Amino acid sequence: MTVQKAPREGFSEALIRLGKQYDDLVVLDADCAKSNMTNFYKDNFPNRFFNIGISECDLVGTAAGLAIAGKVPFANAYANFLTGRAFDQMRISVCYSNNNVKIVGHNAGTSAAQEGATHLPLEDISLMRSLPRMTVIVPADSLEMEKAVEAAYHFEGPVYLRVGKLPVPIVTNEDDPFEIGKAIKYRKGSDVTLISTGIMLDETFKAAEQLEQKGIQAEVLHVHTIKPIDVEAITTSAAKTKRVVTVEEHSIIGGLGSAVAEVLAEQQPTPLKRVGTNDRFGVSGKMPELLDFFELRAARIAKTAEELIDIALVK
Amino acid sequence: MALTSERKEELTKLTKQIRRHIVKMTHHAGSGHPGGSLSATELMTVLFFDHINVDPQNPDWEDRDCFFLSKGHCTPVYYSVLAEKGFFPVEELMTFRDVDGRLHGHPCAEHIPGVDISSGSLGQGLSVANGVALAAKLDGKERRSYVMIGDGESQEGQVWEAAMTTAHYNLDNVCAIIDWNKIQLDDFVENVKGMKDFAAKWRAFGWHVVEINGHDLDEVDEAFREAKRIKGKPTAILAHTVKGKGISFMEDTHKWHGLAPNDEELELALKELV
Repeated sequence: MTVQKAPREGFSEALIRLGKQYDDLVVLDADCAKSNMTNFYKDNFPNRFFNIGISECDLVGTAAGLAIAGKVPFANAYANFLTGRAFDQMRISVCYSNNNVKIVGHNAGTSAAQEGATHLPLEDISLMRSLPRMTVIVPADSLEMEKAVEAAYHFEGPVYLRVGKLPVPIVTNEDDPFEIGKAIKYRKGSDVTLISTGIMLDETFKAAEQLEQKGIQAEVLHVHTIKPIDVEAITTSAAKTKRVVTVEEHSIIGGLGSAVAEVLAEQQPTPLKRVGTNDRFGVSGKMPELLDFFELRAARIAKTAEELIDIALVK
Repeated sequence: MALTSERKEELTKLTKQIRRHIVKMTHHAGSGHPGGSLSATELMTVLFFDHINVDPQNPDWEDRDCFFLSKGHCTPVYYSVLAEKGFFPVEELMTFRDVDGRLHGHPCAEHIPGVDISSGSLGQGLSVANGVALAAKLDGKERRSYVMIGDGESQEGQVWEAAMTTAHYNLDNVCAIIDWNKIQLDDFVENVKGMKDFAAKWRAFGWHVVEINGHDLDEVDEAFREAKRIKGKPTAILAHTVKGKGISFMEDTHKWHGLAPNDEELELALKELV
């Protein structure tokens, strides 16, 4: 049985570890400290935690000021409110001003669960990806989250980190390398490339196994950094397998699927299908129910890969 | 400690010089925002020449006071003051808004020495000022954080989100300067969305309020002194000003919010600034 752990737990633990090492690390939250688990940082470092209240725009602007004064601020809020409401503050006070602010979008994807459509961030990656200078990181599980937090702290410049709330299987390994901008090839294959981001790595692994049973060898590429995207890893794999399926817990508009499509269309034209949420809002439901509802499951990934292989064969 | 008559004379000369820059720069560019620059001229001059602790030779000095132009469109006065203070050559002012220059329409932190935040999207400056002030408190530093906000700009909700934060954290090292010129792009503020009792709003948000004539050098100087004396809460200087101040045909009208003088108007303006 795979160990399950909430990505926010790994986030919180890594933050405290870094806070002990580096006294320039400050944490801000927008009245979701308990939910985002930044309250543990507050317990450890009460002077270096600021609750800015329910005001995401002010949260991001304040973080920019702290960065100007030499701090490394992690600004936390629910991903949808943060990236939607405070987009302009990220654009001007953070990215255009080139301030070293780490933006942490919580309750990511389907982990907002029963809160429903208002709280389900399915557009955040798309928004963040469009900002010049913004690095966008979407870890697969709690373990990779810890590495991502550390990398984000050491990275000089604005970073958006997407953090899920509810437990998901730990599918990465302690020794897996983590380097911002470097995709990780988890499985070698020759027939199709499955490119996943975030927690969809789990279902993507399962899809690869299902495909194998049908004699299809799927390559699995995990893209934890959506921007800057690992062009070389994507084009090299696509050149080999000639078919690509992208998998994300996010809208197929503007997220991983779009980013990969842009790379392939220009540099390695390859048949591509995108698995994600369609151009629609979410609903209320438990996380596994939502993953079913949106068909963010191995069966659909495998089926999509098969369709692509059929199309390619016809051609 | 009031301004000496010599100092007042020097500052008066400087404000005239800065107003000349403002009209010449906007004339050069054929666009820009003279109205709100002219209204803020005394405030900016007194702040930069007599109060703010900055070093033009070392703009990133880590103990510097910070200034944020939240009403980012008023670059003509901002750049003029920075240039006269020595952050970059005064001649460069005549590259205002040029495509190959760095003095963009709205300030860019990356390229201009002395500019700590890019601005131009209204409402964002006070939050940033709070961030610097929080860091200063955390580090036990004396550095202060100044921000200039427009009255029209105060229609932006973030101004009030931030005003709550400043007061909540007792940031007495924050000083907000409100250039209360009563006019915004379209019309008088009163006709667009009025401020009602503007001073009461700031007081209700937990701020110490100083209401002054923003063109009176003594009052401006004393307001900055008072802001430094007040402990335990932030200070808002509500400066009554006249949009377009100093050039008769630009005064008190929204027409010159974002309009550059033509050749003839420039000549007329400069005659008034001798």
